[in-house]
Amino acid sequence: MHRSLHIEPSLCTGCLQCELACSFEHEGEFNPARSRIRVFEFEHGKTSVPYTCTQCVEAWCLKACPTGAIYMDSDLGAKLVSAQACVGCKACTTACPFGTIEFNPFSGKVDKCDLCNGDPQCVAACPTDAITYLDAGATGVGRMQAFAEQTAKGVSP
Amino acid sequence: MSWQGRVLRVNLTRGEVTPEPLNMEWAKDYIGERGLGTKYLWENMDPKVDAMSPDNVLIFATGPLTGTNASTSGRYAVLTKGPLTGAIACSNSGGKFGAELKYAGYDLLIVEGCSEKPVYLLIEGDEISLQSAEKIWGKTVWETDEWIKKQHHNPMLKIATIGVAGERGVRYAAIVNDLHRAAGRSGVGSVMGSKNLKAVAVRGTHGVKVKDPKRFMQVTNEMKNLLAKDDGGLAKYGTNAMMDTMQEFGGLPTRNFQEVQFAGYDKVDAKAMLKTDETGHRNLITNKACFGCTIACGRIAHIHKDHFTIQNRKEYWHASGGLEYETAFAFGPVIGVDDIDACTFAGYLMNEHGMDPISFGVTLAAAMELFEMGVITTDDTDGVPLNFGNAEALTVMSEKTGKQEGFGQVLGLGSRLMCQKYGHPELSMTVKGQEFAGYDSRALQGMGLGYATGNRGACHLKHDTFEVDMDDQSGEGKAEPCKASQDWTAVVDSSGLCVFTMGAWGAPEFAAQLDADCEGEWTPERLLESGERIWNLERMFNLAAGLTCADDTLPERLLKDPAPSGTAKGRVNELDKMLPEYYSLRGWTEQGEPTPQTLTRLGLG
Repeated sequence: MHRSLHIEPSLCTGCLQCELACSFEHEGEFNPARSRIRVFEFEHGKTSVPYTCTQCVEAWCLKACPTGAIYMDSDLGAKLVSAQACVGCKACTTACPFGTIEFNPFSGKVDKCDLCNGDPQCVAACPTDAITYLDAGATGVGRMQAFAEQTAKGVSP
Repeated sequence: MSWQGRVLRVNLTRGEVTPEPLNMEWAKDYIGERGLGTKYLWENMDPKVDAMSPDNVLIFATGPLTGTNASTSGRYAVLTKGPLTGAIACSNSGGKFGAELKYAGYDLLIVEGCSEKPVYLLIEGDEISLQSAEKIWGKTVWETDEWIKKQHHNPMLKIATIGVAGERGVRYAAIVNDLHRAAGRSGVGSVMGSKNLKAVAVRGTHGVKVKDPKRFMQVTNEMKNLLAKDDGGLAKYGTNAMMDTMQEFGGLPTRNFQEVQFAGYDKVDAKAMLKTDETGHRNLITNKACFGCTIACGRIAHIHKDHFTIQNRKEYWHASGGLEYETAFAFGPVIGVDDIDACTFAGYLMNEHGMDPISFGVTLAAAMELFEMGVITTDDTDGVPLNFGNAEALTVMSEKTGKQEGFGQVLGLGSRLMCQKYGHPELSMTVKGQEFAGYDSRALQGMGLGYATGNRGACHLKHDTFEVDMDDQSGEGKAEPCKASQDWTAVVDSSGLCVFTMGAWGAPEFAAQLDADCEGEWTPERLLESGERIWNLERMFNLAAGLTCADDTLPERLLKDPAPSGTAKGRVNELDKMLPEYYSLRGWTEQGEPTPQTLTRLGLG
């Protein structure tokens, strides 16, 4: 099954546990500046939106990389970066429309979400299920169901 | 390990910023945040100096758990000598600023001296500078936050700033971070303003490492699960769930503590915030977490666009921090107001101008009593009738005080100085000059003892006797739980975590997290001893500043006027019975001074 991260901003409280878990998994320390997922806040915290790589099937970053350092993991569908091949040219960061692949000034390479070998730590850390890891073909089901419930009230009031 | 091991010393007089190593011996005795900040304050200043002089020192302190993934790990504390009390001030805050300071690589930030011109401190990774604040002097907290981020093209900066209230000497000015979280109490923002320091803006890129990563992850996960089972309804209702409890119990200070129950309580309580009105408007929009917090008690609210406060003021037609119990109490019952939109707007104004809502509300309550007695009239109050229950008076005076205009200059003195000015010191509901929070000392006896002995003046956050107070309304046996919880809260406040975990976590739970986090063996016993050491050092600061046992008291209203209603009807606070027992338990003399044996036992001799 092809799974993907599903983000439901209405459930996000902005606690940043996802950023802490991500940086711990990848860097062995708590460091949101090095997290591959970031939470953005709008209107004094009225809305908090976690944002990370959506693992495009035809990935801009992969196509833009001049050294072939970005490749697809066929099991997970994740686009991964080979640290050996990456030269830190940042072409991918220019190509990515979402800004979700970032240069790491400490390593001189780029960082992006790698889905943690199929066990995304942001998902495990989220206390409100605002981030889940679902069948990529059914990420909208939860929202459809919520509206269907509303419709059901009209069908059998 | 989870100390970064570095302190940043900023001398504003000389315009110098100097990193220095953290004193690890002190860290092991005082943990971090409140405790370690107190030790640094004690070692770096003379407690006798004027709080608003350049000789006062202002410390921002994180704890060893700040910035980790332990739940509620966003706390930092601000320590200084307080202008409201002349005592030690220690005010802590959540939001994201504290963790960011830690990620910048510093456990503490020590600010000394006074800048000739307004400045702000900018920490961007390893680049640190003092920048001119002349363009933002006079701007609000919200404007300042936006301006600094734009100026440096860095939306990731986390900013702690003062508003105009702090610049112009309101004695209970707050330091507000992340727009609506605040080191709110005791006038820490007034001290920052007196130093011509407008803001501290930080972007940190250094990680926080822990001693035993595997064990730490396991322990913090267990602790989060424990917390999720026992959050006391904080996510759904926020702290304002307390309003109904205090009303029912008869401990809800009303109309400047003349009463202990308020008829309009259900118009400003947590349920009122959740109610959708006939126009489809609901005060509460969502709940909101501080950094690392899995509880998320914070409220994000908005005001009805047709409400008189913002009807023609589109700049306030947005969401922001909503009412918590203490703001609801300070803008509601204690001034007799039951208008939730007016209360919410006053909350916006406190954050925008940088003021402590508790001190403001309780000062306004005293002004309202003076007004109803005829001591002051509309001639004094810029034509605004200051009757109890006047919602417009609340919002107009919030704004005037924030901007230091007209009668707002009198309200900015705080209730003690204001009541002295008008010849009625007995109307000031304060301890050591700091206003009470929303718990009446006649219904909650141990709370009264905690207020009276509070090192920063009246405060509800530095001890926890709620349960014993609600089980038994006499003063019997309250000294012990008051002392024990004062010591324990000092530990919680020194860890980097929030007091709202205390319902789910006790000493073993804190010790487990700290022990996996930090060097050295952290046991519950060691933590409790550290807490007692911290409390006593705060006391020593106050004694050295000139305070005495005569300052450990309550206003006559709470000692002589019986509670007029509620479960404690007819009772006064029994401080005279509790205080000697408390001093004795503390190992203090009858004059409230730690004995040489006590000091030696705690390593303070």
